[in-house]
Amino acid sequence: MTAIPAGIEIPRERRAWKARLFLATCLFATTLAVAMLAVLLASIATKGLPWIVDAEAFRASFAEGGNGLAGWRDWIRTEFFTEYASRKPLKAGIKAPLWGSVWVVTICALVALPVGVATAIYLEEFAGRTRLSRLIQTNIRNLAGVPSIVYGIIGLTAFARMFGVFGTGDDETLSIGDPDGFLYLMLPFGQSVLSGGLTLMLVILPVVIISSQEAFRAVPASLRQASLAMGATTWQTVWNITLPAALPTILTGTILAISRAIGEAAPLLVLGVPLFISNTPANLMDDFTVLPFQIFDWAKRPQADFQGLAAAAIVVLLVVLLSFNVVAVVIRQKLHRPLS
Amino acid sequence: MMPSQVSESPTVPPPATPGHPDPFLPHRSLMDEIAAPAPTPPAVTPTAEEIAIRAGGFSSWYGSFQALHEISLDIPARKVTAFIGPSGCGKSTFLRWINRMNDTIPGAKAGGSLTLDGEDLLSAGRDVVELRRRVGMVFQKPNPFPKSIYDNVAYGPRLHRKLNRADLDDLVEQSLRGAAIWDEVKDRLHASALGLSGGQQQRLCIARALAVGPEVLLMDEPCSALDPRSTAAIEELIERLVENFTIVIVTHNMQQAARVSDRTAFFYEGRLIEDDETERIFTKPRERRTEDYVTGRFG
Repeated sequence: MTAIPAGIEIPRERRAWKARLFLATCLFATTLAVAMLAVLLASIATKGLPWIVDAEAFRASFAEGGNGLAGWRDWIRTEFFTEYASRKPLKAGIKAPLWGSVWVVTICALVALPVGVATAIYLEEFAGRTRLSRLIQTNIRNLAGVPSIVYGIIGLTAFARMFGVFGTGDDETLSIGDPDGFLYLMLPFGQSVLSGGLTLMLVILPVVIISSQEAFRAVPASLRQASLAMGATTWQTVWNITLPAALPTILTGTILAISRAIGEAAPLLVLGVPLFISNTPANLMDDFTVLPFQIFDWAKRPQADFQGLAAAAIVVLLVVLLSFNVVAVVIRQKLHRPLS
Repeated sequence: MMPSQVSESPTVPPPATPGHPDPFLPHRSLMDEIAAPAPTPPAVTPTAEEIAIRAGGFSSWYGSFQALHEISLDIPARKVTAFIGPSGCGKSTFLRWINRMNDTIPGAKAGGSLTLDGEDLLSAGRDVVELRRRVGMVFQKPNPFPKSIYDNVAYGPRLHRKLNRADLDDLVEQSLRGAAIWDEVKDRLHASALGLSGGQQQRLCIARALAVGPEVLLMDEPCSALDPRSTAAIEELIERLVENFTIVIVTHNMQQAARVSDRTAFFYEGRLIEDDETERIFTKPRERRTEDYVTGRFG
C-alpha cells in the first residue's frame, strides 16, 4: 500500500470558486472582442448603408405591393457601383477601385497559390531535414513578419521598374500586342495591375507557404507510407494522397492570406498606384486603383458626406472579403465531401 | 500400410511456373520466365527449399545507433516466417529493410548483404519503386486511404500500368477475394474504406498489397490493433496466402507466431539469437534466452 501523506486539504469551495473565476475571465475576454467588433460593424453600417441603399425606396419596395428583394434595382444606389470618383458626393462611386481590387486580388491568388503550394511540397515532401531546408524554413518564417511596405519596395524594383534593364523612361519600354486589347504585355510592368498583383503576392506568399506546410504536416504519415510501400514514387504519393488530403486546409490558409491582401494599401502606395482613375482594367498592363486607397481618400476629407461614402466603401470591402470566404468554404465542402 | 498412400505419379505435369507465385497478373510470369536465369540446383542451401530472402552479416544503423548486428538469416519462399522478440529488438527494422522503407528515415544505414531471389537489395542504384512492387507491406495499424474501397485496391495497379476498366474491375475483385473480404464489400465497392471495421480495413490493406502482384508480403504486427475475431480471420488468410506468397510477419503475440508460422526467428537487442522451425523454437530451442522469451520469463 502506498502511504498518501496527509498534508492540508484544499477546501472544495475554494477550488470551485477558482474554477468559476477562470471561466468568468475567459467569458469576459470573449465578450470584449465580440462587442468591439459589433460596435465597429454597427457604426460603419449606420454611416455607410444610406449611401448604398435608398431608405425610402427600400421601405416602398418591402411595403405592400412592392417588389421586395427582386426589385433591388429600385432601392440599391447602383450609381455608387457604376460611377467613378467625383467631387460631388452624390455622383461619386467606387467603380474603378472595386474592379481594381478584384483584378489585383485575383492575380495575387492565381500566382500565390501554385507557387506557395509547390514550395510547401518541396519543403515538406522532398527536402528532408537538411541544413539548407532549415535555413529556407527560418527565412520564410522571418519573411512572414516583414512589414508589407518593404514588399512594396521590392515590387517597385522588381516588377514596376525591372531593375531598370528596359530603361527608365516611358518611351523605352518593350511592348507586345495591342494596348487596348486583352492580350497586351509591356516590359517593365510599370504601375499595372500585374505589378500590383505580384507585389501583393510577395506579401502573402510566406503565409501561404507556412499554412500549406502545416496542412501537409497534418496528413498522417501512415498514408504516405502505405503509398510508398506499394511502389509509388514520391511524386505519385504527393499527387494522389498527400495533396488531396491537405487541400482543404491549404485553401483555408490561402483565403485568409488573400483577405489580408485585399486590405493592403502600403505596398501599392510605394508602387506608385494612382488614386484617381477613370477606367477599369482592360488587360494586365492597365492602370488601377484599390478600395483601401479610395476609403482613405474619402475618410480624410472633412465633409460628412464623404465620411459616409468611406463607410459605404468599407461595407463593400467587407462584403467582397466575405464572398471570398464563402467561395473558400464551398470549395472546401466540395473537396471534402464524404465518399458516398 | 494404407494402400491409399500412393506417391504422386511422375507423369503428372508440374503446376505452371511454380517459381512465380503471382496468380493475378499472368502475363508477368511469362516476362519473368524470359528474364529469369536458368534454374540452378539448390545444392548449397542448407535445406532443400527455395530461399527467397537471404541476409548475410547484415547490420543497420540509425545515425550512430546500431539497431542490428551481423544478422545472417535465410527466409524460405512460400513459407511463413515469424520474427519475435521484445520491443526495440530490431525485428521491425529488419523487416523494413526488405522493402527499403527505412530509406524514408533520415540517417538509416545498412551494411552487409541482403538479397531477394539472389538480387542485392542494398546497392545504391537499386530501384526501390520496383522493389516495393515485388515486396508488399501490411502495417500495424490499418491505414486505408480516404478513398472508396475500389479505389484503395486499384491504387497500386494504377500506379504501375494503364489498365482498361474491365481488367481493373477484374483485378480488384481477385485481390479482394484473395484477401477474403470480397463477400463483405462486393455491394459497396464505391463506399468509403473508412466505413469498414478495423479487421475489414486490415484485410482491405492486404487486398491492396496483393493487387500489385507482389512475391513477398511483409506484415508488421498486422493484428495488434485488432480484436480476437478479426485476428483469427487474418491468421486464416495468412495460411491461405502462403501457398502463393512468401510471408514475413513481425508479431508480439507468441501464440500467433506458433499458430501461423513455419519458421521463427528470435531477435534480442539487435541480434538474431536463433532461427529454426517454429515447432523447435517453441519446444526445444537451442538458446537459453529463446526459451526464456517464448515461455514468458521475460519480454
